[in-house]
Amino acid sequence: MADGDGPLSRPAWQPGARRAVPGLWPGRLALGFLALLCGGALAGLGLEAAGDWRSLAAAFDGRVLAIARFTLYQAVLSTALSVVPALAVARALSRHPRFFGRAALLRLFAVPLALPAIVAALGVLALYGRAGLLAEPLSALAGGRWPGIYGLSGILVAHVFFNLPLATRLLIEALQTVPADHWRLASQLGMGGAAQWRLIEWPVLRAALPGIAGLVFMLCVTSFTIVLTLGGGPAATTLEVAIYQALRFDFDPGMAVALTLLQLVLTGAIVLALVRLGGTFAESATLSVVTRRPAMANNGETVLNAIVIALAAAFVLAPMGAVVVAGFKADLARLAGETAVIGAAATSLALALAAAILSVALSMGLVAARKRLEKARRGRASLLELASDTGAGMILVVPPIVLGAGWFVLLRHVGDVFALAPAMVIAVNAAMAMPFVVRAIRPAHDNAAERHDRLAASLGIRGFNRLRLVDWPVLRAPLLAGFAFAMALSLGDLGVIALFGSDSVQTLPYLLLARLGSYRTADAAGLALLLALLTLALMAIAGRLEGRR
Amino acid sequence: MSGATIGIEAVRFSYGAQAFVFDAAIGAGEIVAVMGPSGSGKSTLLNLVAGFEMPDTGRLTIDGEDVTGLAPDRRAVTMVFQENNLFGHLDIAANVGLGRSPSLRLTMEDRDRVAEALARTGLAGKADRLPAALSGGERQRAALARALVRDRPVLLLDEPFASLGPALRADMLDLVAELHGERGMTVLMVSHHPGDARRLGRRILFVDEGRIAADGPAGDLLGDNAPAIVADYLGSDPGQRGR
Repeated sequence: MADGDGPLSRPAWQPGARRAVPGLWPGRLALGFLALLCGGALAGLGLEAAGDWRSLAAAFDGRVLAIARFTLYQAVLSTALSVVPALAVARALSRHPRFFGRAALLRLFAVPLALPAIVAALGVLALYGRAGLLAEPLSALAGGRWPGIYGLSGILVAHVFFNLPLATRLLIEALQTVPADHWRLASQLGMGGAAQWRLIEWPVLRAALPGIAGLVFMLCVTSFTIVLTLGGGPAATTLEVAIYQALRFDFDPGMAVALTLLQLVLTGAIVLALVRLGGTFAESATLSVVTRRPAMANNGETVLNAIVIALAAAFVLAPMGAVVVAGFKADLARLAGETAVIGAAATSLALALAAAILSVALSMGLVAARKRLEKARRGRASLLELASDTGAGMILVVPPIVLGAGWFVLLRHVGDVFALAPAMVIAVNAAMAMPFVVRAIRPAHDNAAERHDRLAASLGIRGFNRLRLVDWPVLRAPLLAGFAFAMALSLGDLGVIALFGSDSVQTLPYLLLARLGSYRTADAAGLALLLALLTLALMAIAGRLEGRR
Repeated sequence: MSGATIGIEAVRFSYGAQAFVFDAAIGAGEIVAVMGPSGSGKSTLLNLVAGFEMPDTGRLTIDGEDVTGLAPDRRAVTMVFQENNLFGHLDIAANVGLGRSPSLRLTMEDRDRVAEALARTGLAGKADRLPAALSGGERQRAALARALVRDRPVLLLDEPFASLGPALRADMLDLVAELHGERGMTVLMVSHHPGDARRLGRRILFVDEGRIAADGPAGDLLGDNAPAIVADYLGSDPGQRGR
């Protein structure tokens, strides 16, 4: 036999024995991490509730219910205002598969996916605020002094800024599933625009709509930064912001626990409904920008579509432009020299780097374990396989603020909560990015596993050799794309850091919030520009890498 | 080196609702064609011998040794698949070289053997091409070259030539026949084409519904007195029955 590597030892073999699936430990480790993160937060909440159930019961008063009601109310409005226009925009874009700037527009629509919420909030303020770029024309229009856009209107505008492009991209994706033959058939049969809508487009969109609307609703219910910065008062507060205020300002753990439990029930119910509707949890940052579909709109419809597309583009582009304009008005040179800014930037980058590495490693473990278990099974999926399939989505049920709040009330018994800020930020941000990272690497990984597993097994390529010779060359691009995206998300996040941040540990978003809070708006705008450039650079890298695979 | 015997002793295997039972003995250096309808279990039989599937019960021997629980690379077997025999990101020399060392750390002697195998399979001068730059036939030749450098006593062919045109397939079968003449390895070959079996296989295993339904010399199974089950599979198409 060649190079003498024949049977080395004969394993104990009994009839009916199945070879155990090897290489599952990274997946188990990832699930253990998620369980610990989630379990620790729930334990913190549970202990607090059990220790003081009387004040907990008292905390469920009219105010808490009013906050819950507003949370749902703004989410319903945001969802409707995002998804209904998105139907028109998606249809318009899909009916004109080739025009100058279409690809650029679709890429623009991917930007809000990674743009830090605090940057968007600042853009909305810089545009529609009392002293915003549009204040003058709006004052003239309103026939008096423009009052600015705080409260519900501000929240809605920012939510639509984020979710209209997201819903549009998802709806276009749904429309792209229509086979090209259907369009050829439609034109052969002479279907008009209305008939095509009724017979081809609407059925596809209707099927995709519940999942997309559910996702947008979920994002709006758990929206924190937007409401914190644009809500502007107790009248427009959501559960997440109220949790933050209960812990950071009132220091009322009982109240925080009551709010958190309510939030958990709410998100749990929505996720359950979303799973039933078959919605997507994490949208990929890329969408193929070319379709083989013929253009089939007539002249009247073309004009209408052009208006729809232009309005949507202006709505999404304007706040980004406002960030740039306001940012350049700031004293950027002074800001760049400030120790606080340099320190925050360094902290942000270090934490984001660590979170992204952790996120990619954990996601890879989950993806690999799921595929191995799927290939090894002969009947129904095991519990471990199901967990590795859906584990990354856990962060949807237990949002970052809830995780942070749970650990906050738990850790305050143990020691200095604020000293643990870096670990908390890294852990929660890593978990938060996992659905996206999993989505970035899973197709390439599963495809590669399908092609290479038997070959690698027959040649005895395993362990580090397998990583070096087989997996890394194939998965490098998607892994780096996932990494860049995770880093962008983590860099812009203002969730856990809002709870755990302090003068000694502050990130760029935290510093931005502080400057905004002390009315140093020009500084805030300058920081927002810096943050936007950092995240967009990472997004561009991610997009390029994903496109290459 | 020469071929090894293969013993398939009451090997049972189940996948979902499908159950398989195989029993066969194959002599050293034989060439055996495995035929049968799609889904009947031909590939499963090869996967069991190669170690990609584990039997529920039963015993598998190669060269008289029990290999039932061994990992695929520990078995005295090389299998060539219908496709995906090569890593797309590695050049042909590296893909063949993996047959000498799974960590791709190759000695001078290894490199010589790789070059020899490439020359023997008609791939001299293509060592530094990526698989995508080769034709389908050339890619399968590269897989055979790797089988040569691995030099295992059993060669399993899971329809590696199915997607090639008739002339190319005939060339490849001739190459397999020549290699068999030189090395004398035991060959187990899945095929849909009676012509392939005729050309190469002196013996046919006919697999149907998860068991070996007929086993005998090619002349008998493909001739006018074929068992009914084989005759039904072959149909009356003269092209398929072809002499």
